[in-house]
Amino acid sequence: MVSGVMTIHTINKETIYSYLEEINDPEVPVLSIIDLGIVRDVRMNKEELEVIITPTYTGCPAMDMITATIKIQLATLGFKKVKVTQALSPAWTTEWMSEEGKRKLKEYGIAPPNPKQQVCDQKLFAEAEAVQCPHCDSYHTHRISEFGSTACKALYQCDDCKEPFDYFKCH
Amino acid sequence: MKQALIDYTLHLADNSLILGQRNSEWCGHGPVLEQDIAITNISLDLIGQARNFYQYAATLIGNGTTEDSLAYLRKEREFKNCLLVEQPNGDWAQTILRQFFFSQYQYLLFEQLQNNKDDQIAAIAEKSLKEVTYHLRWSSEWVIRLGDGTEESHKRMLKAIDELWRYTGEMFMPADYEKDTGIDFEKMKVEWNQKVKTIFSEASLIPLLEGRGAAFMQTGGKEGKHTEHLGYILTELQYMQRAYPGCEW
Repeated sequence: MVSGVMTIHTINKETIYSYLEEINDPEVPVLSIIDLGIVRDVRMNKEELEVIITPTYTGCPAMDMITATIKIQLATLGFKKVKVTQALSPAWTTEWMSEEGKRKLKEYGIAPPNPKQQVCDQKLFAEAEAVQCPHCDSYHTHRISEFGSTACKALYQCDDCKEPFDYFKCH
Repeated sequence: MKQALIDYTLHLADNSLILGQRNSEWCGHGPVLEQDIAITNISLDLIGQARNFYQYAATLIGNGTTEDSLAYLRKEREFKNCLLVEQPNGDWAQTILRQFFFSQYQYLLFEQLQNNKDDQIAAIAEKSLKEVTYHLRWSSEWVIRLGDGTEESHKRMLKAIDELWRYTGEMFMPADYEKDTGIDFEKMKVEWNQKVKTIFSEASLIPLLEGRGAAFMQTGGKEGKHTEHLGYILTELQYMQRAYPGCEW
């Protein structure tokens, strides 16, 4: 635990990032908010620390909780004034997810977003992207639904091991 | 000038909130589980958009206004949503068609708005456009599936067109507060009609669209003159805050 005497003046950005690294996404608890790529910047204004985050999806219910957790985490570390600002532009994309984050997702049983971004376009009845099963590594899978258990996921099933799984879709 | 921007922001917010609320009525009642999840996911996106617009409107209005007071404490006449979004869910065909009409409109609108002179409106539009693309693709596919499906599903789509077509014209008729937004409504209308025509022809629905019910357009929602349905929606939506003012959980 860091002592309460630390102030904005005696601390650098990397240290703040390492504190934020400990905060997890409540919906996907294996990912930190740094892995997820939603922390855009940390600014040290006079007496105030500002953390700029960007929502993954507009309706993501986790954002309020993440905001609160950032404030609590930094407050317990002695930062009295913490402001969390939401920036909508540029819009969040799964390209900002770290490689470490993708690895953790797979280990957790969620297929990470494909390396080549395939975002939703207007083409109808498009072939579903080939997504690798996080359990048995087979590419022999099919999409059950484009909309899954949370806004960021689609539902797939593996045709080899038969397990259904979540796919963190490209966005 | 500022009032126009406030009204316009509220109009965008109200559209998303009311359609989000309507779609959420399907929660637990969808025809199959995957589609139940799809329509409620779409609700979530729409309510997320609404929150962004309300938050922005609240900062423009000031005086302690919040996103919650805007959603929960305004009266029917103060809501500026289009009539289309407040129409009842009806059957699955009617819900799908309403979503398709609206998503196609929203897609074209946000495409323009992401370059709007107002930075915050532009940022919300840019952010939301990705999600709207999903809504549009999903609802377009369903219009085709139902229109070109069985005799029964085809019949129901025709009925849905009869119910909803008259509410589509309003989207392209700018209210006073929309006149200075820089949106090209004429262009949007032409593109919307073209897209709808394409999907309808794939869905074997086109002749009826051109044949009947296409002349008269009901308007008023943008100015707060709603169909009777909005009052019922707000009664349910606002109940908690009306019954227990200021309650939080």
